[in-house]
Amino acid sequence: MTIDNKLIEYLEELSRLRLTEEEKEKAKADLSSIINYVDKLNELDTENTEAMSHPFDYTNNFRKDEAGSSFDRELILMNAPQKKNGCFRVPKTVE
Amino acid sequence: MNLMEIFGMTALEIGKMIKERKISSPEVTRAYIEQIEKKDPQLNSFVSVCVDEAVKKAEEVQSRLDSGEELSALAGVPAAIKDNICTKDINTTCSSKMLESFKPPYNACVMERLEAAGAVILGKTNMDEFAMGGSTETSYFGPTKNPFDRERVPGGSSGGSAAAVAAGLAPYALGSDTGGSIRQPCSFCGVSGIKPTYGGVSRYGLVAFASSLDQIGPIGKDIKDCAEVLSVISGHDGRDSTSVRNAEYDFSDSFNEGIKGLKIGIPTNYYGEGLDPEVREAVLAAAETLKTLGAELYEFEMPIIEYAVPAYYIVACAEAGSNLSRYDGIKYGYRSDKGESLYDVFCNSRSEGFGMEVKRRIMLGSFVLSSGYYDAYYKKGLQTRRLIKDSFNSAFEKCDMILSPVAPTTAFRLGENVSDPLKMYLGDIYTVSVNLAGIPAVSVPCGFDGKGLPIGMQLIGQTFSEAKLVKAAFNYQMNTDHHKRAYEIMKGGVL
Repeated sequence: MTIDNKLIEYLEELSRLRLTEEEKEKAKADLSSIINYVDKLNELDTENTEAMSHPFDYTNNFRKDEAGSSFDRELILMNAPQKKNGCFRVPKTVE
Repeated sequence: MNLMEIFGMTALEIGKMIKERKISSPEVTRAYIEQIEKKDPQLNSFVSVCVDEAVKKAEEVQSRLDSGEELSALAGVPAAIKDNICTKDINTTCSSKMLESFKPPYNACVMERLEAAGAVILGKTNMDEFAMGGSTETSYFGPTKNPFDRERVPGGSSGGSAAAVAAGLAPYALGSDTGGSIRQPCSFCGVSGIKPTYGGVSRYGLVAFASSLDQIGPIGKDIKDCAEVLSVISGHDGRDSTSVRNAEYDFSDSFNEGIKGLKIGIPTNYYGEGLDPEVREAVLAAAETLKTLGAELYEFEMPIIEYAVPAYYIVACAEAGSNLSRYDGIKYGYRSDKGESLYDVFCNSRSEGFGMEVKRRIMLGSFVLSSGYYDAYYKKGLQTRRLIKDSFNSAFEKCDMILSPVAPTTAFRLGENVSDPLKMYLGDIYTVSVNLAGIPAVSVPCGFDGKGLPIGMQLIGQTFSEAKLVKAAFNYQMNTDHHKRAYEIMKGGVL
């Protein structure tokens, strides 16, 4: 399949990315060739094969419901690009 | 003793000298730091070097040893850590602009365990951005050079760790392996490494790439060092819900037993088209060596391998796209100063903070997970994953382990594959199936090509069969000298 402008723009939106025109052209070509290669999997009959999302068959791995200590607020905010009054600072989100 | 000699020693040899008071941990650490400062500008294997912290830590470990405290065989020995493993108060960048100034407020589980064992951290090593790549060329901080030939790549994504160990800039290192990122750079740089069974080593504090495939593992000058490091960093950890209980490694028999009767599978279709003839010859020669040591060779076909790369890129990119959605420019990491709305901040921070390979994989992940394509791609990838796992399971009914090349070629030239992602991905043919199946594999040097570049071989085993793999690799290394020659060649020329 070919990746056209419409699809690449949809993928940009899903991925929260904005490509330059040049990047977009390159991405179209690269993703098309990768997806065409991946289509090789259609040669395999997987009609009755169960999907495997994990190496082992995990069951839920619960921990005891015990209170533990949290990270210190100031410590976590140290890596925040912008902060104010002990909170992460973001642009206005509600009008 | 000439202090220069320590750069050619294994971590266990250095640890023993420290224990026997022939040299102190601060002396070793200072020597390594000086060596890094002198030689690393030519290689770029480190992103950051912990000059003051390392010496301080070495003095602390030394005083613990001097006061009679029982510490591990690696106590006081310096180590290098891949820069996607969280180190408290030490920058952990994933070789990305996105995390250029990120200082984790906590240590990864493996760092706590190394700390308890008395390890000294020299610094953080270069890698492909977010571990996405096979050449360390996608690093925001520039590529690492192969110490055997600085025009060539060291492999990746743990290229900095492998190059540093190969060049004698660190006695051992930690890497991570999502699709071959420990094994392939080991092969390109002539060092040894282990990709442990999924769940064997806690992923707590490993910056996530593809969570159902990622594992941390050791890189060393020989397999014995790797086994020692793996013993230290492995074991159950409640903070990683996929960490396996009651699966402690016991390598005690790996170093004093032979391999008589060990059944080694040779998947003949692994050795066909696309494999460099010199690599084929070296790996098959290793098979003969193992046979003279008592192993039995068993030839079979494993046709499913042809589908491993496409299945891997579907699964890995889907998980990467989801994992990397956390980089929004708000809580930590790079934030763009352009844009008025929250949505703009997300998009601009990500677009300016990620490199092209990372963006490509996120978009590929978005594609295979998007409605309309999910069944045809993501589900198909997961079904293929099951077929690969089944195929390994039936192989291990007939043999104890599988011998294969690590990569189809030796180290390629810088820039040679970087503009063609598909070509780069195809280089992962021998490694990715191991991660999809969650099984362990070791990578050890088995020769050199006509250009003097190292060739690696891979031994793949059933879940939690690391001790058996280490035993085979150890017997091989006791009877060959490829792993020792690698450092001799390095010392003699390139650096």
